[in-house]
Amino acid sequence: MTATTRALLGATALCALGWAAAAQQTTLTIATVNNGDMVRMQGLTDDFTSQNPDIALEWVTLEENVLRQNVTTDIATGGGQYDVITIGTYEVPIWARQGWLVPLDLGAEFDVDDLLPPIRAGLSVDGTLYASPFYGESSFVMYRRDLAEAAGVTIPDSPTWADIKAAAAAMHDPDNGVYGICLRGKAGWGENMAFLTTMANSYGARWFDETWQPQFDTEQWRAAITDYLDLMTNYGPPGASSNGFNENLTLFQQGSCGMWIDATVAGSFVTDPNNSTVADSVGFALAPDNGLGKRANWLWAWSLAIPASSDAQDAAKTFIAWATGKGYTDLVAAQDGIANVPPGTRTSLYENPEYLAAAPFAQMTIDSINAADPNNPTVDPVPYTGVQFVAIPEFQGLGTAVGQVFSDALAGNKTVDEALAEAQAIATQTMTEAGYIK
Amino acid sequence: MSTQASRSAARVMLAPAVVVLLVWMIVPLAMTLWFSVQRYNLLRPEDSGFIWFQNYANFVATPAFWLAILNTLLLVLGVLAITVVGGILIALLIDRPIWGQGPVRILVISPFFIMPPVAALIWKNMFMNPTNGLFAAGFRAVGLQPVEWLQDWPLVSVILIVAWQWLPFATLILLTALQSLSSEQLEAAEMDGAPPLKRFWYITLPHLARAITVVVLIQTIFLLGILVEILVTTNGGPGNESTTLTYLVYFEAILDTDAGTAAAGGVVAVILANIVAVFLMRAIGKNLDA
Repeated sequence: MTATTRALLGATALCALGWAAAAQQTTLTIATVNNGDMVRMQGLTDDFTSQNPDIALEWVTLEENVLRQNVTTDIATGGGQYDVITIGTYEVPIWARQGWLVPLDLGAEFDVDDLLPPIRAGLSVDGTLYASPFYGESSFVMYRRDLAEAAGVTIPDSPTWADIKAAAAAMHDPDNGVYGICLRGKAGWGENMAFLTTMANSYGARWFDETWQPQFDTEQWRAAITDYLDLMTNYGPPGASSNGFNENLTLFQQGSCGMWIDATVAGSFVTDPNNSTVADSVGFALAPDNGLGKRANWLWAWSLAIPASSDAQDAAKTFIAWATGKGYTDLVAAQDGIANVPPGTRTSLYENPEYLAAAPFAQMTIDSINAADPNNPTVDPVPYTGVQFVAIPEFQGLGTAVGQVFSDALAGNKTVDEALAEAQAIATQTMTEAGYIK
Repeated sequence: MSTQASRSAARVMLAPAVVVLLVWMIVPLAMTLWFSVQRYNLLRPEDSGFIWFQNYANFVATPAFWLAILNTLLLVLGVLAITVVGGILIALLIDRPIWGQGPVRILVISPFFIMPPVAALIWKNMFMNPTNGLFAAGFRAVGLQPVEWLQDWPLVSVILIVAWQWLPFATLILLTALQSLSSEQLEAAEMDGAPPLKRFWYITLPHLARAITVVVLIQTIFLLGILVEILVTTNGGPGNESTTLTYLVYFEAILDTDAGTAAAGGVVAVILANIVAVFLMRAIGKNLDA
């Protein structure tokens, strides 16, 4: 036996050993969204792999819309590409009903009763949890305390739409580059329709009645859209029909908005002195209401779920229990400070005085989340789940089509009545084709 | 001199390449055609089956359909007009011996290297934004109300952005054509007393005809598929004012998750592209014969 042959044999034996070791290890492919909290989670995986040496993690990090497309295609065709997926409160009820998600029973240590009730309700179908929340958010009013003071208006902690309108009128000063209020206008089911649906909820409007008949011909929708257009044309920034979350964030950070009603996660962005020129003077208030008992705040939670097509479901459950469990909060708090833990999922976090002291918007966030009820989003009963969306497969397309109509109205190309009639026609056609209206 | 045997041998040897090309082209097209006659929504897989041409009927019945076709044609023709005319003018300009010719040429060509989403974002946020944009600042400097580009002129804005991206391509092709024009011809015409405009019209332009044809055909192929610029700037709106056929297919496939209707839309887009191509060939093909 020559030295070369011996070396080759040795190498082969080593490879075989390595192969055997690799075969014992389960690899989890995790699809997630590219926002700050998720990226932080990837940095903390050493903690998980040291506890579970037999599980290897492989990350696929994508932008929100690309993630939604990839994950939807994968799960709808039973591709089995991912073992853990990051999805929102919109997808969970639909996919769970299709039998595409594995029911989650994560053990006593996970303490499922600690989850905030509205978030838990949004991620459950018939009482069974199908996804575990990583972080949750609602929407609220952000305003400039300095401008409000200079204009002589006060915004109460629980404002009505009349208060908002009065404050917008008082703070509006376009000659100095300040617009009274910034709201979403860019068409999309997750853009302007997320906001408009919550606003309509607070006016007592609903997308569908109990027999799935579209309701855009009602007085409530008319009142909501009229007030929205009134606010935006009189006190809004120019070109508002192409402003989404990011555009409004920029405007607010540059000091061009008196008020902005949007996601609670924006609270940490507008108070960050590195990016915001108005960080010192931001006030927060609950989303407005109209005296009907429902506030205009939404409910969203990026959550982890397991596709039924995954071949490593037990390992995936172990991972989800780690990433969304109580221990993870302590891990982030120890490394980056308690103000940076993922918000909006657990009651225990909001009973922690240390957290309440460190995060100025914490109380407003929990109050906003608790004010939302995905099963009873508006005044009248509805046949669907979801606050700022309707959890049916058709809603992405329908919501965006209707969003385009209202965006067009905001651009001044349609009157309120024309827009509502068109929205009603689109919704009726979609729901008839999809078989909801018999 | 080919014998029967050598010819059949040639056929056998060509076969693999031809088969690969055919598969390459036919399989995606066949799958698109197949899906276009199926009821297939990704999120409602239980409700699928063969439905003949219902998807086509649905697609054509979409309220935005005719507007989308019009917008697609306007987008293609608008960008072609701007890039061809602008391309000729810039090519004439940088064909002259000027100081710093090399850097100027590189600068002129550079927009082509910028990725479409980046270009669209820059235009949207830094130029066309009515509060922070450069255009708005210019309007305010002379005491005018800033134009709300993406709101009031959505399609024009998209055309401007796309034209800016494709102008360097046209310039580059036309510049190389200009450089092949013999200066003796121009000098002779000048000595005969032909004024500059006539020299351009009767000598330079006919010489450029072939290059213009190339520019028009290649650009048309790419412009019919423009999507990113619309997605980043206007999302097809407000309303459907900047919705093109490509955007409509995207809408059906991604937002409605309706693979069937989207495939039907894709076939409609292919048909439209062929019609446009035939017209362009007819119109410009004459130049090629000349």
